[in-house]
Amino acid sequence: MRPLTPRRVAWICAALGAVLFVAVVISLRMGAYPISVPEIVMTLVNRFIGRRNEIPPDFWNVVYEIRLPRIALGILVGASLSTAGAGFQALLRNPLADPYVLGVSSGAALGAIISLAVAPQTPGLIQFAAFAGAAGTITAVYFLGRRGGQIDSATLLLAGIVAVSFLSAVIMFLMTTLPGRDLRGMAFWLMGDLATQPRINLGWLYSLLIIGAGSIYTTSSDLNLILTGEQEARHLGVNVNRVKMVVYVAASLLTGLAVSVSGAIGYVGLLVPHVMRMMFGSDYRILIPASALGGAILIVLADMLARTVVAPTELPVGAMTALVGAPVFIYLMRRRVR
Amino acid sequence: MSSLSSSAAPPAITASRSAGLRLKVEQASYAYAATDRSAPKFTLGPVSFEAQQHELVAILGPNASGKSTLLTLLAGLNKPLSGRIEVDGTEVSQLDLRLRAQRIALVQQESELLFPLRVWEYVLQGRYPYGRRLRFESEEDCLFAGNALAQVGADALRDRWMDQLSGGEKQRVILARALAQQPSLLLLDEPTQHLDIGGKVELLRRLRRLADANRYTVLVVTHELNLAAEFSDRIVLLHKGRCLRVGSPADVYDREMLEEIFEAPLEVEMRPSGRPRVILRGSR
Repeated sequence: MRPLTPRRVAWICAALGAVLFVAVVISLRMGAYPISVPEIVMTLVNRFIGRRNEIPPDFWNVVYEIRLPRIALGILVGASLSTAGAGFQALLRNPLADPYVLGVSSGAALGAIISLAVAPQTPGLIQFAAFAGAAGTITAVYFLGRRGGQIDSATLLLAGIVAVSFLSAVIMFLMTTLPGRDLRGMAFWLMGDLATQPRINLGWLYSLLIIGAGSIYTTSSDLNLILTGEQEARHLGVNVNRVKMVVYVAASLLTGLAVSVSGAIGYVGLLVPHVMRMMFGSDYRILIPASALGGAILIVLADMLARTVVAPTELPVGAMTALVGAPVFIYLMRRRVR
Repeated sequence: MSSLSSSAAPPAITASRSAGLRLKVEQASYAYAATDRSAPKFTLGPVSFEAQQHELVAILGPNASGKSTLLTLLAGLNKPLSGRIEVDGTEVSQLDLRLRAQRIALVQQESELLFPLRVWEYVLQGRYPYGRRLRFESEEDCLFAGNALAQVGADALRDRWMDQLSGGEKQRVILARALAQQPSLLLLDEPTQHLDIGGKVELLRRLRRLADANRYTVLVVTHELNLAAEFSDRIVLLHKGRCLRVGSPADVYDREMLEEIFEAPLEVEMRPSGRPRVILRGSR
C-alpha cells in the first residue's frame, strides 16, 4: 500500500511548476521581436530582485507589457477550465464532462455578452454574468441529462450538444443584431482567444481562481468516494448534497471566470484531467492541483502556437485546443474510459 | 384461515439478553410515494426485532417484500415514518454522518467504477469516516485496511485492479472495505446474488466466522432459504411489506407459510443439527 502523501503532492506540483516555468520562458521567447532565453531570464530575475532600471526598455515592453500579461491570462484560463472540468467529471460521474462539451462555456459566453450589451462599464459584472450563465446552463443540462431520476451518460452528452448549438445560435443572433462596440468578435466568444487583456485587474481574477479551485480542492477526498457511487459515498459518511453544491458553484465560477476573459476555449477541461489521471492516478487530492498546473501549461503552449504558426496572423487559441481535444474526446468516447 | 392472515398480528420480539444488545428495531415503518401528495406505492412495517453482538441475522423474503427498504432504514439512509431503530443504544437517524459510518457499514452490489482503482485504494476508502477533510491516510489506516483484507482472505489481491477481479474476489474486497470501517453493525444487501453455490457457501461461512470471532453483528438480506437456515441465528421474515415472523430458523420455517409466500411447492425437514432444510417438492 502506497497511499498518497502531502509530500508526494508537493513533489508533483513542484515538477509541474517547473514545466510551467519552462513553458512560460519558451512562450516569452516566441514572437516578432527577437529576445533570447538568457535575456528573458535576466529580465525576469532583475525585476524579481528589484533592479528594474537595469532592464532595457525594449525588453521591459516585450516581456512585461506585451507577452507576460497574455501568458498570465493563459495560465488563469487554463487552470480554471481544467479544474472546472475535473470538478464536472466527478459531479456528473461522467468522464467526458467538460465545460465546453456540456455547453457551460457557451452559457457563460452568453451571460458575458448580455452583460456587455446592458452595462458595459460596470466593473466585475461580466464575470458575474458569465458565472450566472454557466450555472444556469449546467442546471439545465443536469436536468435534461437525467433519465428515470438518474444521470444518464449518453443523454447528458446529448443535452450538452443541444445546449451548445442552441446557445451558439443565440450568441450569433445577438452578435449580429446588437451594436458591437464592446462585444469583441464572434470568433472570440465561440472559439476563445487571449489577445485582449481584460479591463479588470488580473489580481482580482486570480483571487477568484484561488477561491474556486480551493473550494473544489477542499472536497477532493469526498469526490474520490462520490466517483465510486453517490449511495456508497453517503454510507461512508460523505455529505453528498453539500459536496455537490460546492463543486457545482465553484466549477461554474471557474468556467465563468475563464470565459469572461477568453471566450469559450474548448476541451481543456476534458484533455488535461485525463492526461493527469494517466500520469498520477485518479485521486482528486493530486488531480485538482495537477490539473490546474497542467491546464496552465497547455494553454500557454497552445497560445504560443496560435500566435506563431501562421504569424503574423493569429489563430484563436480555442482552435488549437480543439485540434488536439476533439480527437482525444472521440478516442475516450470509443474507449469508454477505463 | 391461511397461515399468512393468522400471523397478521404484530410479531413478537424475540426474547434476548440485554447485555450485548446491538440493534433494536421497534415498530419501524416506512412508505414510498411517487409524489408527496399521492398515496404510498409501497409501505413497510411495522417491524420489530433485536440483534445481539456476535449474531448473524437474515432478513428473508421473496422479491418486493420490503427487505431492501428495511435495510435502508437500518443503514440510516431513510428515516422511519414511525418507530425507532437503535444501534448500541443510539437512534440511527440521530447519528452524525461520519459517526454513523463508524458504527454501521453497508455492503451493496458494486456500482461501476468511473476510473480504475487498485484494491488497496478501494479498501482504504473504508477509513474515510475516521479522517478529517482532505486527510491523507495514516500508517494506522493502512494497518486497518491490511487487516480487513486479511480477514476476508484477500491479502494477495491488494495490488490488483478492481475491474480485473472475479465476482467472488470483488465481493470479498467490497466486504473488506466495510470491515475497514470498523463497524459494529455489518449490513449486506443480497451479497450472494452473483456468486455460484461454492462462492455463496464460502461467503456465508466467512460472515459466520466474522460474527463469531469479532464484535460484529451481521445482517444479511437474502432470499436464499437454505443458506439463511444454515448460517443465521435469527430470521426476520418479510412478505409484501409486512413482517410475518421473527425467530430462529426452526421457529420461522413453517411449510404452509413458506409455500404461500414463495408461491412454490416446498417441504421443510428438520435436520439433526436442529436447523431446517427446505426442499422443492417434485411435480408428479
